[in-house]
Amino acid sequence: MSVRETSAMRAGLALCGHCRMLSRIVTATEANYCPRCGREIAYRRRDAIQRTWALIVAAAICLLPANLLPVMKSTTLVGASEDTIIGGVILLYLSGSWHLALIVLVASVMIPLGKLMSLAYLLVTVRRGSTRSNQERIRLYRLVEFIGRWSMLDVFVIAFVVALVRIKPLMAAQPRAGILFFAAVVILTIFAAQTFDPRLIWDSPGDATRRNE
Amino acid sequence: MSLNRLACPDCDLLQNVPRLPPRARARCRRCGRLLAIDRPRANERALALAIGAAIVFVLANVFPLMGLSVAGREVDTTIMGGAWIMWQEGQRMTAALVAVCAVIAPAAYIGLTIVVLLVSRWRRPAPAWVGELLLWSATAREWAMAEVMMLGILVALVKIADLATVIVGVGMFATGALILLITMIAVHFDPEGIWARTQWVGPAETTPVRDPRRGGS
Ligand SMILES: [Zn+2]
Repeated sequence: MSVRETSAMRAGLALCGHCRMLSRIVTATEANYCPRCGREIAYRRRDAIQRTWALIVAAAICLLPANLLPVMKSTTLVGASEDTIIGGVILLYLSGSWHLALIVLVASVMIPLGKLMSLAYLLVTVRRGSTRSNQERIRLYRLVEFIGRWSMLDVFVIAFVVALVRIKPLMAAQPRAGILFFAAVVILTIFAAQTFDPRLIWDSPGDATRRNE
Repeated sequence: MSLNRLACPDCDLLQNVPRLPPRARARCRRCGRLLAIDRPRANERALALAIGAAIVFVLANVFPLMGLSVAGREVDTTIMGGAWIMWQEGQRMTAALVAVCAVIAPAAYIGLTIVVLLVSRWRRPAPAWVGELLLWSATAREWAMAEVMMLGILVALVKIADLATVIVGVGMFATGALILLITMIAVHFDPEGIWARTQWVGPAETTPVRDPRRGGS
């Protein structure tokens, strides 16, 4: 950072996270409110690091049952079978649509896992006060933020398969408990990305004491 | 922000952005994030698009998305049907999430955007609750996932295609148009233009915008 470049925080200003209004932080001891929209403002999102950690740990815990438990049960005249998320990907692959199998694999397995690892990496480097590879880290955060919604894919797939395949006794499909945990992973990782504050990436170690007030 | 002094939401760098020529955009000097963009008559276009989206949204939800026919029997589903059957099968949390992302959030986003744009056209300054609704519409936008749902439907169709004949319904085409319109609203909508003509909730409303020191409570 050159001499002329300064952060809003060092100038005593904070950007409202809701309406993007720039205003002065008046008191360090009490909560400050945005004059334009009335929401609480602070230099950095409150307890961003702790809250994001809590959310990704919760998501990581849900990730296990989400992948181990079956997400759907299909019944035909021949018999019944229960599929996990990976099982669904394999079925898609075997039915000849490898490109869709790849899309579901990326959306359901790689995106949630990648999001958790990326956010954990960002949290660790921010806690260390690292100032290296800032450009790469902000790009990683933007990717996490942008791509997160696509992990909802499998939830929609199962909802619409279940809604259509109900011609009993010929064929039926029912949701199973795994989908609940999978939905929880999706929601928790989306909240985790929203709770993290990307401005922390650029803060130098000296800024940490300032933002703690 | 009439003072053109901005802080980057992604890196907090304080910088002065000059008045932009038409259709120009300003990016953060440090991290490259888009800070400001000049779009002539942005919110008029956004209003037209949002009204179009409202009509298409109704069509997408009233008509069946797709149907399935096997051995002379037929089943079809609307968008809400996807959530409703899930609810009946006992997966209520997941059903609620599907309903929010597929129906409730898109409806709220389109509806709130229309209200905000209309009221800020008619009343100057617009009352402070317009700002409140504007914040809600931004939240609704984050949870509106019509495009993810569309891909999900496509995968569901492929999964089912082996079992039975699939019939694509009017709802599917309307959903395609809805995705397009929602994306275009997001491109044109200019929240800063709304804020500029909306009353503030705080006492600083009576002071000039140029003086940021009067902010806070
Ligand atoms: Zn605000």
